[in-house]
Amino acid sequence: MDFLMHPLNLVTFFPVLGVLVILFLKQEQKNAIRWVALVTSLITFGISLAVLAQFNASNPDLQLTINEPWIQVAGWNIHYYLGVDGLSILLVLLTTFLTPISILSTWTAIDERVKDFMIFFLLLEVGMMGVFLAQDLFLFYVFWEFTLVPMYFLIGIWGGPNRMYAAIKFFLYTMAGSILMLLAILWLGIHQGTFSVPELIAKGGIPADVQLWLFIAFAMAFAIKVPMWPLHSWLPDAHVQAPTAGSVILAGVLLKMGTYGFLRFNLPLFPQAAVKAAPTMALLAVIGILYGAAVSYAQTDVKKLVAYSSISHLGFVMLGLFALNPQGIQGAILQMVNHGLSTGALFLLVGMVYERRHTRDMDKFGGLWKVTPIYGALTLIVTLSSMGLPGLNGFVGEFTILLGAWGAGDAGGPLGSHYYAGFAALGVILAAVYMLFMFQKLFLGPVTHEENKKLSDLNWREIATIVPLLLFIFWIGLYPKPFFGLMAPAVEKMVTLVHGAALAALP
Amino acid sequence: MTLNQFGTDLLVLLPLTFLLGWASLLLLADLFIPAKNKGAMALLSALGLAVSLAMALVQKGPALAFGGTVALDGFSTFLNVLFLASGLVAVALAYDYLKHMRLERNTYYILLLFSVGGMMLMGMSTDLMMVFLSLELLSIPLYVLSGFARPAEKSEEAAIKYFLLGAFASGFVVYGIALVFGATGTTSLAGIVQAVKSGALLNPNLLTIGGALLLIGLGFKVAAVPFHMWTPDVYHGAPTSVTAFMALGAKAAGFAALLRIFLTVFPSLAADFTPVLWVLAALTMFLGNVVAIAQRNIKRMLAYSSIAHAGYLLMALVPYGQRGLTGDVSASLLFYLVAYGLTNFGVWSVVMLLERAEGKGLALDDYAGLGRKYPALAASMTVFMLSFAGVPPTLGFVGKFYLFRTVLEGGYIWLALIGVLTSLVSAYYYLRVVVIMYMRDGEPEVASAPWLKAAAWVTAAGLVIFTFASGALFTWASQALLTAF
Repeated sequence: MDFLMHPLNLVTFFPVLGVLVILFLKQEQKNAIRWVALVTSLITFGISLAVLAQFNASNPDLQLTINEPWIQVAGWNIHYYLGVDGLSILLVLLTTFLTPISILSTWTAIDERVKDFMIFFLLLEVGMMGVFLAQDLFLFYVFWEFTLVPMYFLIGIWGGPNRMYAAIKFFLYTMAGSILMLLAILWLGIHQGTFSVPELIAKGGIPADVQLWLFIAFAMAFAIKVPMWPLHSWLPDAHVQAPTAGSVILAGVLLKMGTYGFLRFNLPLFPQAAVKAAPTMALLAVIGILYGAAVSYAQTDVKKLVAYSSISHLGFVMLGLFALNPQGIQGAILQMVNHGLSTGALFLLVGMVYERRHTRDMDKFGGLWKVTPIYGALTLIVTLSSMGLPGLNGFVGEFTILLGAWGAGDAGGPLGSHYYAGFAALGVILAAVYMLFMFQKLFLGPVTHEENKKLSDLNWREIATIVPLLLFIFWIGLYPKPFFGLMAPAVEKMVTLVHGAALAALP
Repeated sequence: MTLNQFGTDLLVLLPLTFLLGWASLLLLADLFIPAKNKGAMALLSALGLAVSLAMALVQKGPALAFGGTVALDGFSTFLNVLFLASGLVAVALAYDYLKHMRLERNTYYILLLFSVGGMMLMGMSTDLMMVFLSLELLSIPLYVLSGFARPAEKSEEAAIKYFLLGAFASGFVVYGIALVFGATGTTSLAGIVQAVKSGALLNPNLLTIGGALLLIGLGFKVAAVPFHMWTPDVYHGAPTSVTAFMALGAKAAGFAALLRIFLTVFPSLAADFTPVLWVLAALTMFLGNVVAIAQRNIKRMLAYSSIAHAGYLLMALVPYGQRGLTGDVSASLLFYLVAYGLTNFGVWSVVMLLERAEGKGLALDDYAGLGRKYPALAASMTVFMLSFAGVPPTLGFVGKFYLFRTVLEGGYIWLALIGVLTSLVSAYYYLRVVVIMYMRDGEPEVASAPWLKAAAWVTAAGLVIFTFASGALFTWASQALLTAF
């Protein structure tokens, strides 16, 4: 009983309870199904707040751990090992926070096969929680691959016209990366005798050349998920075809699984390789920032624009991670949350206008502010947040990352050149260009299309999906200290570990 | 041989002798069962299998019998249980399927029992002559069963093709045995091991060639490339209930013989055989998966997928000669055979549910709309596809994980890489089935067959549940040891 009621087990598997209830409802009882899903995800959010209450921010180690032997025969050493620390607590909260919001956003948008939709959505939440909490590589891999299945269905059944292609592409791309990781996990299990991440870190001692190969194998899985340039081509397809709620979760949480993977596994497990690869990774990150921004500017489909902007934003996260200093990594973690909030909100807003007009072509709009002032105002705030206006959340994250990258660019630092930070800063300006360009096309000027004159403004439900996001957008923008406070000790510990191990390996 | 000795020997073979005796009795009983009573024979066969299964479960090894030609050990007990259980499932599936396709003839079940008997004997054989005997005992009923849908041309073609190529493969096995005998002067596995150890080989090259011929013959049975040519036609033409049984039974029996012969007799020849197995495994995985993509008929697609799975099993056999890895090689193969077997029966029962007379309902496009009209069935099919592709949380994933671990332990990183990349290819065609089921509209027709539906649901649930509770299966597979000589 203690085991079942452990807060981490509850927060991971509570959505299954909702799935079981929904299974007993009829396909026609759409509203009942929606309410069950919403209440389930809200309770899960409540449980995650309880986890936060029990979380001790000054402790840099894993907390609230469950570590039970799972498969222990024939030389296998697999544990059911869950735990949370400063690196993952914010992502756990982000997941439980975005899920009910996404479910609320589907209230009228998803009207077909509501039962299946909600089942897959809640199962997806289970997978995502497991990814952020698992501390055993085998268990992690199970959750990691499992998230593919519900997402595949969400895109493939409820997506746009080209959904089958997008769904299969999404699945195969991600699987291509993760099977290489699987081999690396097996190598670790065989040669280090354990799959437990803390034990593997403590053990260390992997030769430098092997570390590099293992680093690459893990990095393939995560870089595809992030996605880093040049492995990003699945993302625009998946985003454009996915239903709104799917896009929100995809951008908000699933992409973070990639950056989180780098942070949780690549850096501490293979520190020497991480130090060695830092300039390469940072270079790819900077290319991603500029490339994503440039391609965003060229889009006429709003959703595609937001999708490409994700590549740019996540480039910042990757740059922060491979600055390998506390500022960079803290900024990266915060930017993961920021991107989840801002881009999540953007996808929701795009979804709202799509539901009304059934098009996302920017040329079909113009002057919307006059017709739908509430919608315009909310979009403006989110747009400004996404492009990094001071006072809103995006600025804090990007600024901290740039500080970190600049610091890492000092002679003898992991990056060794200030160009990385310099070019990345260019990305901030480009973000302002394409975001404002989009805003102008949609909302400013005269109302050019007859159909747009009668658009209804947002209703209470739609406002209710955006306002909680805005709350955090302002909170992080104005007073980020509590958020940094949650992760700082864990990040310090990680940086010391990486640098210590890398230095120790020097001749 | 004293009478007492004969008694204990029989005790070792009790599940097998009982099963074969029961099958012979049923041949007689068939004359007295009224033609109207269609279910009686299925019930009696199931009863025989169940009793034999109970005997196999309580049997205690290890023991050798009949002059060291058969062995009862953890390995053979594991396989006996696997074969008898799959026989039981096959009877249940056949009962519904034969009724649905109007093929009800009682001999079906009797032939099935004989074939199961052959498979059991294959797992226990410790003498090459016995291997040959069991090979024929399991194959001949299968040849007949493949043609059971006569006068359907496809089925007759399958039978004749399977028979001709099967006889050809048997020839290889016999010739291989003869050469091994020529090299060592004995056909008993223990005797061959002794001869190799003592260096009293008449001609070492003959031993190697003999082993290679055995590998070819058995490679035919497990459908390894390039001995796979018969597989798509036979799987396609044979009645689906036969295909379902054959896809697991014949493959598992083939691997049982390969494991026992290679792990106990040929480790000394690993330097010769490992590269050959490496190439065979890589080719089998590659060809099976790539050609499966081009298939639009589900039976043919699954036939190529079964070739691919033979490749994965062969892959884990590659490090067979390494000291300290024998346990992992045999345990990972046995574990995967169980995962594969469960998925296999599940998937074929779905195929049988959708199949209609005259080979209709077998195109991939016939699965369109299944997700909407029969959600539980489509969900089960999704589980099977994910399990075949090796995606968690299914037993197929755990099984593949074990296979890959064995290969990596042996140090064959490139082979493992080929394995995972071909898995990725396989995900494409397995997912295509899911795409068609859920994302296209159609009006699929599903037969009202309770046993088939139950089989689909139970195996699907089992594949997911066993993923989280695989400890017992792991323990059992790792304790299923071969008798060493």
